[in-house]
This record gives sequence, structure tokens and C-alpha cells, in this order.
Amino acid sequence: MTTLEFSHVSKRYRVRGSGHMLALDDVSFTLRSGQTLALVGQSGSGKSTIAKILTQLERATSGDILLDGKAIPRRGRALRRYRQQVRMVFQDPFASLNPSHTIRHHLERPLRLDHVVPEAEVEDEVHRLLERVQLDPAGTIDRRPHELSGGQRQRVAIARALASRPSLLIADEPVSMLDVSIRLGVLNLLAELQRESRLGVLYITHDLATARHFSDEIMVLHHGEVVERGPADDVILRPQHPYTLALRNASPDPDRHFAGDALSESAGSRP
Amino acid sequence: MTNDDLLTVSSFSVTYDVEPPVEAVRDVSLTLRRGEILGLAGESGCGKTTLAYGLQRLLKPPAVITGGTAVFHDESGEDIDLGLLGEEEMRAFRWDKASMVFQGAMNALNPVTSIGRQLDDVFTTHRRGMSRAERREEAGKLLDIVGVGRDRLKSYPHELSGGMRQRVMIAMALALKPQLMIMDEPTTALDVLVQREILQQISELRTEFGFSVIFITHDLPLLLEISDRIAVMRAGRLVEIDTSERIYRQAKDPYTRKLLASFPSLTGERGDFVRGTGGATSATQAGVTA
Repeated sequence: MTTLEFSHVSKRYRVRGSGHMLALDDVSFTLRSGQTLALVGQSGSGKSTIAKILTQLERATSGDILLDGKAIPRRGRALRRYRQQVRMVFQDPFASLNPSHTIRHHLERPLRLDHVVPEAEVEDEVHRLLERVQLDPAGTIDRRPHELSGGQRQRVAIARALASRPSLLIADEPVSMLDVSIRLGVLNLLAELQRESRLGVLYITHDLATARHFSDEIMVLHHGEVVERGPADDVILRPQHPYTLALRNASPDPDRHFAGDALSESAGSRP
Repeated sequence: MTNDDLLTVSSFSVTYDVEPPVEAVRDVSLTLRRGEILGLAGESGCGKTTLAYGLQRLLKPPAVITGGTAVFHDESGEDIDLGLLGEEEMRAFRWDKASMVFQGAMNALNPVTSIGRQLDDVFTTHRRGMSRAERREEAGKLLDIVGVGRDRLKSYPHELSGGMRQRVMIAMALALKPQLMIMDEPTTALDVLVQREILQQISELRTEFGFSVIFITHDLPLLLEISDRIAVMRAGRLVEIDTSERIYRQAKDPYTRKLLASFPSLTGERGDFVRGTGGATSATQAGVTA
């Protein structure tokens, strides 16, 4: 059981000419393995700043980030070990894979660098990883990213994140650049992996509907502040904060739109 | 054709003349009514943008219109076959009668010219008779209409937020009081709150000015809310066209149903996607073979 604690974290960016910008204002939350927490908010709300701080691409201005009670390391081997535990899946599968390397290379590297399995088992492990993300190893392993579809690429990116056997996964808008008909497939895969491996997932998104369906809890961020947090259904169906309510009411919701219509004789026949 | 129709598209086809040739739009026929919002839905590569560009004759080689016609029924009573217009006539037609808001349009503004100047350009090109003061007044009025406000006439694009820039683009598209506005993913890059405001505005302007809208997006839940009718495209073909309500309640085509099932419902039962729950497994399959 791994617990990541984000405790009273603030982040101030210096802005040329106008002093400072407070990107995160006293944000606290806990992410445990086996749990999916969705982080929703508009652009500029601080979602990605949290991801950057968690992966130590940025440093918090104040506050503590604790992994199992220990402050996260700032550099060196300890930071490497931390990053092995906390992995990231990025938004753009076209940019996050190296176009000049094969899929094999992408998956071998973390296995070798982090000494996940003995050298002799690397090849087998690559096959296993591809199978876990529901890709056909034989048909994928020697290909390069441009030979794969967006959905397949994102699956490779997920396999790469899983290679070092992390306990926490940060998925920053993992499906927003994919075609709609394959989005659910990738989200279902993440949910399946999360259950199988008891992963803790921080699902960063602006899409309230998928946040509700794929997370246990939702946290709403507004101008760097957490305005609401609770069980997914509560936050969406019974929002407490006016901002959450505004977000929800602005999101397309054909079910509600058509619910009050006159032509409702077929409404009872929902499949 | 009745008086209520604005545009009749018959057997429209576009091919990208590369090796091997790609039939991007295949034999599409549809009728757009006056004052209607028609949603054009489909995934990337389905031909929805190519169709819209083709109607406006904005395609560049290697894209070739290989067949079909698009006839515009002008409010004057005249029928204009867009395929028969010469280069200059087409230029005059565009924007004057049918304008377009492009994908990522807010980044289509000229960064080194004030937005007032850019609106002014529309009038100097298409309304030669207008005086400078009239143009200025019109431009100010347009910015008021879209909620940006005329005090921003002197602003440069970088001084405005993405949502405001998108409104400026809508103002430009409205400038000549067109009968048709084609909007290609006009709100995709915007936050939901801004998106909602802009959609509301489009809908209000439509009521006020009576133009028709072809609204292109992959976001089916959004289309269901704002469109009168929805056309679904797949691999260049029109697979289904019907009222939003019927698409929502009883879509006939399996692909339309699959698309609907790809969107989790916001406030419905948990695990209940927009239409039916069958989407989860089939989408997983699709992801593997895609």
C-alpha cells in the first residue's frame, strides 16, 4: 500500500513585469494505491502544475509532498527511485514517443535502466507489457510510433509507464487527443490495470463525464484552489460549490436535455 | 426543393489525388434548411471538414471535387450552382453569403494588426461603398453583438483570451450578414464555461438573424443539445441524417449508436453511456484493431 500525500502545497510562478502568479494555493490531498482520483478544472486551474510537482519537474514553493511519509527526494538516485514509483502518462501520444525508435526500444529502456528484470528476461517482459495493454506483441514490437494509430500509441505509452512497476500513475488528459470511439477503450484499459495491480491513479481531465465514470473521487480545482472534493457521484450529481455546479451545467448532457421533452414515450425504453 | 431550403448538396464527392487515391467524401447528398443548425458529426478522417471546404470551394490540390453539385438557394430567389461560379464570383460569394469559422480560428487572426483593422478589411473588400465612419461603426456594433465590446477595437489578438478571440472570429463571420455559417470545431479548444457562452450566443444570433449553421465537431453530446438535425459521417459517407431527438432516441445506423455509446453520461446512471452500455466492450475491441 503506497500513500502519496500532497500537503498544503503552494506554487508561485514569477511573471515578468507583474510580480507573481499563484498557480496553486494551499492544495492538500491524498492518493492511495488502489484508488482513482480525478482532478478536474478549466485550463489554468493548476491541474498540470500538480502533475509537474508530483513528477518533480517543478518544485513547490511551499508545502510537503510525502510518499509513504517520506519527503520526496529532490535529486540523484533517490529521485530516480521515486520516479519509478510514480509514473506519468502524457496527453499527446504523438509527442511522447520517440519517432526514430521502435516500440521494443521504448519498453526495453525503462526495464534496463531501472533493472526491473534480469537481462535475460527483458524480451519476455516487453511481450508481457504489450499483452497487458492489449496489443499484439508480434505485430507491434518492431514497429515505430508512426506506424501505429493514436490509440495504439497511447497503449504503448501506458505500457512504458507500467514497465518499472509503479504504484501510482498520473494520467494527464490521457485520451483527449484520441478519436472518440477509442477513448473508452483506453480508459477501460486504465481502469482494468488499476484494479489488477492496485494502482493509484490520478486522472487529470477537463471532462466531467469520464471523471465521474472512471474515478472513485473527484477533486475540483479553481484558480489553484481545491473548491470541492468527494465521491464521484456526489460531486457531479449533488455539487456543493457554485463553481462545480457551473462546470456541470455547462457540460453537454443530452440525457438531461431530452429528459423533459414532449416526445418522451420512448424515454422509458432505455437500454 | 421548397422555399425553406438554403442549400442542396447532391452526390458530392471529393478525392485526394495521391497514390493510392483517397476518396475523402463519397456521394454525399443532403439538404440544409433555412435557419437550421445542422450538426455534422464524425471522427477524424471521416471527411467532415473536407466536405465543408469542398462546399466553399476552398480545397487545394491534391483534393479534387470528382462529382456532385451544391446549389445555394439565395434569399433573392436565385439558385446559385456553386460549381459553376468563376473564381471571382466565388470570392464574392464566400463571406458575403456563406462565411466560415475555422478550426482553431482564434489563432487565425493576424497578430500584428488590431482586430478593428481586421474587421474593417472585411468591409473594404466586400462593401466598397461604405465610408470609413460607417465601417468603424459596423465593426464596433459587431464586437458589441458577440459580447467583446467595441472598446476592444484597438486591441491586438494577443491582448484577448482564447474565448474572446473566438468571438472576434464569429463577429467577422457575421460581418456581412451571411445566410450560412459553417463552423468547424469552433469551441473545441475552449473551456466548457466559455464554450457554453459561445454556443448560447450562436443560438441567439441565429434566432435574431435567421442564418443557417453547419456545425462540425466530433462531440456528439454537444451536437445533440444544439442542433436541429445531425448528419453522421464515416469514411467519407453520410451514414445517417435525422433530427437530434431521433438520433438520440432511436439512431438507426450501428455506427451512430457506437458513437453515442462512446460518451459516458454526465448525470445518468453510473456506467450508463449516452445511449446504451454496449459501447464499453466494443470500444475496447476497436482500440485494439484501430
